[in-house]
Amino acid sequence: MSQPRTIIDKLWSAHEILRRDDGESLLWVDRHYVHEGSFHAFAKLAARGAKVAEPQLTFAVTDHYMPTRRPRGEIDNPELARMVRQLEENTAANGVKLFGPDDPRQGIVHVVGPEQGLTLPGLLIVCGDSHTSTHGALGAYAFGIGASEVAHVLMTQTIWQKKPKTMRVTIDGVTAPGVSAKDIVLAIIAHIGADGATGCALEFAGAAIRALSIEGRLTLCNMSIEAGARCGIVAPDAATFSYLEGRPYAPKGAELDRAMESWSKLNTDSDAPFERDVTLEAKNIAPIVTWGTSPEDALPIDASVPDPARESNAARAAHWRDALAYMGLTAGKRLSEIAIDRVFIGSCTNARIEDLRAAAAVLAGRSSKVPGLVSAGSSLVKQQAEQEGLDRVFREAGLQWGESGCSMCVGLNGDLVASGERCASTTNRNFRGRQGPGARTHLMSPAMVAAAAVTGYLTDVRDLLVDQKV
Amino acid sequence: MDKFHTLTAAACPIDLNNLNTDQILPARYLKWTRAMGLGKVLFQDLRFDAQGRERADFPLNNPAWRHAKILVGARNFGCGSSREAAVYALYDHGIRCVIAPSFGDIFSGNAVQNGLLTAIVTDQEATAIMAALTRTPELSLIVDLKRQSILCDNRSYTFSIDPVRRMRLLNGWDDIALTESYRDRITAFRASVREQRPWVFPPL
Ligand code: SF4
Repeated sequence: MSQPRTIIDKLWSAHEILRRDDGESLLWVDRHYVHEGSFHAFAKLAARGAKVAEPQLTFAVTDHYMPTRRPRGEIDNPELARMVRQLEENTAANGVKLFGPDDPRQGIVHVVGPEQGLTLPGLLIVCGDSHTSTHGALGAYAFGIGASEVAHVLMTQTIWQKKPKTMRVTIDGVTAPGVSAKDIVLAIIAHIGADGATGCALEFAGAAIRALSIEGRLTLCNMSIEAGARCGIVAPDAATFSYLEGRPYAPKGAELDRAMESWSKLNTDSDAPFERDVTLEAKNIAPIVTWGTSPEDALPIDASVPDPARESNAARAAHWRDALAYMGLTAGKRLSEIAIDRVFIGSCTNARIEDLRAAAAVLAGRSSKVPGLVSAGSSLVKQQAEQEGLDRVFREAGLQWGESGCSMCVGLNGDLVASGERCASTTNRNFRGRQGPGARTHLMSPAMVAAAAVTGYLTDVRDLLVDQKV
Repeated sequence: MDKFHTLTAAACPIDLNNLNTDQILPARYLKWTRAMGLGKVLFQDLRFDAQGRERADFPLNNPAWRHAKILVGARNFGCGSSREAAVYALYDHGIRCVIAPSFGDIFSGNAVQNGLLTAIVTDQEATAIMAALTRTPELSLIVDLKRQSILCDNRSYTFSIDPVRRMRLLNGWDDIALTESYRDRITAFRASVREQRPWVFPPL
């Protein structure tokens, strides 16, 4: 009998064109997503007089530099306009499909790919963006690459990689009400550390993962990079297949049947060994917020800011001291006593329709104590939310209902959190200055951001759900 | 790409865990082309305050380390965003080698594409090297890629690096030329994908 194999082994060997003696493999790339940041790579291409090798497998979106606080139309900021125009020109010159500023399918690359059915189980997907790990939620092998590699993929539709180590995180049992995929992934990162999965391809398994919707799995895999993982993967199942049915670029009819047959073999054989195996109990996971400047600085909402003086690991204590100074917090302060200045609901982590529904359920009939922005993950999500009346809930609560794009997640489009301001955010990175120089970011789920908006403090959303009629 | 053999240079310690690429190169410079001078804005928000004054406590502002070609860092150096421009900023500032206990995956991949060596030592070794540099800032380190060794203050350390990356740096290899030499195998593989997984090629 053949050796039991992990889903990672199966995906890897399905894309390996060759392996050199030194252990480096040349992999075939099924999908290549590009955004405005690809200009370095297109410049390399042009310098060689080369063209995109497989325009049919390359898809572009404008997301990072799209204005999100003003209605669509002419982009008035010349720098942003230039970034968008560059991508339009580079894709047009190479015959690459672009979901551009005026396309109703525009949105954040990691939202658009799955939504359009471009992201499919069993595909190897790359993009010059670290959160490409998101697409693993559908059983794809998806990872972020740098500009030189983007140029390489554009020219050859292949990439050199060394096979990563394999790691599995199993979440057994059932999560408590009010606990979302974001809480699960923050709990994992807090447990294994921001480099806990470095060099690893990471499979998520267990009953609590199976119970997640595809949206939840996308959130989970999105943040696997924040644990250092090369990619995150959830084996496809019935939920995956029903999510994909009818999506514009997904296979249909007889081809879909054939694809499903092949996809249903994409799982980890029992007894297949992982180099690292970690298990957590779902019932122990509470709603979580971050207090520091690394996603590993995450604690249940009923905890207090940790005390560096009590930490024996010197490097960690130094990081905590530094983080507390930057975040303007003192050791021992209860997390639920931290007042916020602003909220942001958006990004490729948590701006799909389910996320907006979860936030709206908390905000319905209430008002926000602080200003904030809601930016849907794609223009189609925005449209859907408007059909469901969610935009009204946000507006009536006093929040701004924006256009779709990366927006305040990274602030490349000018939507920044001011220096010293504290923002409750559904994004994935609480790095120093991530949302703007001096900005203080607390990461949490959409429902938790909504709860923080309602009280003006970091808040356990479960206390607000008790009497809320959804 | 330049080859890397040995390097004898001043080394600047930056003792920060999880030093991410947003810190190495803040997002607002991602619009810049390399020709605009990314080296000047390396670590911008750590090196300078909001008024553009140097922060005296940031090590790269120490006169002894201003022109360091080596950085010695802590755990998970270069984690976060995939921005290769972070590597351009380091390289264009003159940095040729970063020594740390662990690196962000994408960062170290980007580094090798640009001739920047990422040398892995243990936590204790990184701490010891940083301590030696703090005691004697003028100290030069000798980094030898062939022997995978670092000489610091008469002590020798062995560093690890992926053997493939080591070969690339030693030879200054360019990926694309290498890949082109496998053109036939790629073409054959593409045909098998079309045959076995036709849905990979979506209708236009
Ligand atoms: S939403 Fe944020 S994390 Fe996601 S791709 Fe955009 S900038 Fe990156």
